[in-house]
Amino acid sequence: MISDLFLIPFLTGLGLAVLLPLLGCYLRLRDEWLAALAYSHVAAAGALLALVGGLPPALGGIAAAGLAGTGKRLFAARLAGGAAYALLLLGGWAVSVLMAANQPMAERLGHALFDGQLYFSGSDQLWLVALGVPAALLVLRGLSAHLLLAHTYPDFFRIRGLRAWPTQIGFDLLAALALAVATMSLGVMGAFALVFIPPWLAFRRAGNWRSGLLWSLAIGITAYLGAFALALWLDQPFGPILAILLVALGLIVA
Amino acid sequence: MLRADAVVAGWDKPATSPVDFSLQAGEIVGLTGPNGVGKSTLLAAFAGRARVFSGHLDLRPGLRLALQTQEVPPVDGLPLSGRELLALTAASPDGLPPWLAERLDIRLDRLSGGQRHYLALWAVLHAPADLVLLDEPTNNLDAAGVRHLTAHLHERAREGCGIVVVSHDAAFVAAACDRCVVLETRDDQ
Repeated sequence: MISDLFLIPFLTGLGLAVLLPLLGCYLRLRDEWLAALAYSHVAAAGALLALVGGLPPALGGIAAAGLAGTGKRLFAARLAGGAAYALLLLGGWAVSVLMAANQPMAERLGHALFDGQLYFSGSDQLWLVALGVPAALLVLRGLSAHLLLAHTYPDFFRIRGLRAWPTQIGFDLLAALALAVATMSLGVMGAFALVFIPPWLAFRRAGNWRSGLLWSLAIGITAYLGAFALALWLDQPFGPILAILLVALGLIVA
Repeated sequence: MLRADAVVAGWDKPATSPVDFSLQAGEIVGLTGPNGVGKSTLLAAFAGRARVFSGHLDLRPGLRLALQTQEVPPVDGLPLSGRELLALTAASPDGLPPWLAERLDIRLDRLSGGQRHYLALWAVLHAPADLVLLDEPTNNLDAAGVRHLTAHLHERAREGCGIVVVSHDAAFVAAACDRCVVLETRDDQ
């Protein structure tokens, strides 16, 4: 009974612990790690707005993050240097806090989203992860070479007639949707920790890109398994435990 | 494969004097001239990056271009090996000098500046292309690197590739290029 109760949250989180560290490697490649925090906050705001509007929160979160991911590209020229992510982060945070402060039913969900209550994940979130993570990994694999080439040889990329926008918008959308789904389960900071810290540690040690991906994956999954067991044992919210474990791991390695 | 008639190139405004230029397949042509005369800008115009303000620039349709700029690929802090860099542009590592071939599996940010530069250059030079445009390829190279590059430019040209080289290194241009076009300063400069 107990094992059944925790199996769905465990598998939901495990799927995300596979995707987020790999996604984080490409965000770090593009120096866009702040995007993870921005999309998570926008997703949280979207979920709360949807809840108040009588819609499924997950749908609202995914829609808001998806809009932010694609819309950001339209303003890329005017919002360079990470300004777009800072504005999205602040806007998402402000809307979330105001919703939680003024709508009683938004307050509970708001706490769950920011605390990272993985154990409340249901079968609908598991289905989303089960279908979404393999699809996201396939897309990421397809975009990988273009993302690396566009970063190392932007001029070569352009003059070979390779269009930048499918890669850029495709990746932005992928990151936004993945972060939205992750925020619903792992919480804002739990998702950010899995996107930021494993690639940061992996990039310091790995000898090549492939091993960087594998190191990042291994660190993410190990931290996730440890945090899941520890949070359950200590009866604490999952998000902060995951973040503390990863921060401790980061400090030890650094 | 490439013909320029009285081309004036620039970014926001004209930056070169009118230039006549032509390149055949299998030919290596050098572009030289004093600093600020617009050599890199003209190369960028050949690649379709800079603007052509006047004159005519014709490139054979369907031409596959490869462009090496003076900007070094930003690889600091990235776990990207030399072998992976070459794979990105589909360049073969065959023919690399031994001092570089044995370091192919090392991260680029752990190589010396010269080694990194030569690998980054090799990735462009040996990418599948009909026309290769190189901007100051001898920067950061020692004498052995320059000799190796010179030999490989000839080899690449023998395969039918047209090569344009911008360089301030007169000895290298004399050794590597079949002929040389000297750019003149604009009247208003």
